[in-house]
Amino acid sequence: MQKENSDALRRGIRDGMPICIGYAAVAFSLGIAMRNAGMNAFQGFLLSMLNMASAGEYAGVQVIMADAAYIEMALVTLIANARYLLMSTALSQRFSEKTAFIHRLIVGYCITDELFGIAVSQKGYLNPFYYYGAMLVAIPGWSFGTALGIIAGNILPAHIVSALSVALYGMFLAIIIPPARTDKVVAASVISGFALSWCAKYIPLLKDLNAGMKTIVLTLIIAGAAAAFFPRKEESDEA
Amino acid sequence: MKHNIYIYILISGLVSYLIRVLPLTLIRKPIRNVFLKSFLYYVPYATLAVMTFPAIIEATSSPVSGWLALAAGTILSWQNRSLPTVAAACCIVVFIAETFL
Repeated sequence: MQKENSDALRRGIRDGMPICIGYAAVAFSLGIAMRNAGMNAFQGFLLSMLNMASAGEYAGVQVIMADAAYIEMALVTLIANARYLLMSTALSQRFSEKTAFIHRLIVGYCITDELFGIAVSQKGYLNPFYYYGAMLVAIPGWSFGTALGIIAGNILPAHIVSALSVALYGMFLAIIIPPARTDKVVAASVISGFALSWCAKYIPLLKDLNAGMKTIVLTLIIAGAAAAFFPRKEESDEA
Repeated sequence: MKHNIYIYILISGLVSYLIRVLPLTLIRKPIRNVFLKSFLYYVPYATLAVMTFPAIIEATSSPVSGWLALAAGTILSWQNRSLPTVAAACCIVVFIAETFL
């Protein structure tokens, strides 16, 4: 391997370490949700390794719990992970034309909020080996963390399990609240999300939907209305 | 369960991969459509908000500790604390609340 690439790999591993630790903790909480859905450690490990997505997997677990149609799993995963379309689009601009096509196929497997964050903070074109370094630590942290949550969730006392199960929601808050400070439309979307999700329990038709479908319907309504009434101006490309 | 869990897992993995790899491999130019760009931008916030509440107060043993976790998570996120910090703080709040209340 060229020196330039091995240096990039090492930097990627270094920057990926805190992400690995954070992922392990959050995945543990996700594992508890999977255990409640009746999944075993291997199934959780596989789901996490193939998806690398907290919100998407959580929504998927709801589909599994509801024993819903396969098409619903596809739709729910699509909706919950739709933001990666944006990040993937942004990253597509960061590759040098000289970078071989295969690197796009591998990097694409592991576009997450956090890895995307460190990747776009790199100056100039993205060296795929930097990304691989971060993947090398982030993927095991996430997958084994999930399996551990499923196994140890059985052993831990109830109030510790109850405490860990909110880690995931804490992580969601950490993603949605900071942009809501500076962007009023994001703030309105978040508040509408909270409010409509609460109201949906009492609205006819909506209350009969399972959690995954409810998420899809409300997301389309809220994000659609936000985009229609408050289209974003050019050159504010913070994805 | 009438559905096979491994088929669920494969479907979600395949969809996740396609979502991430298709733009990366197919789109070489920036998206121009303003509505589509805006819609994609707002989607995560709407989705995550819908999934967070009221689920967070239903996840804990008592609703009170869930409300406290929501408050703590919102305040810390507002202060731009890191993702692991916010997640850990929510857990600690619930742990303390359910141990002592």
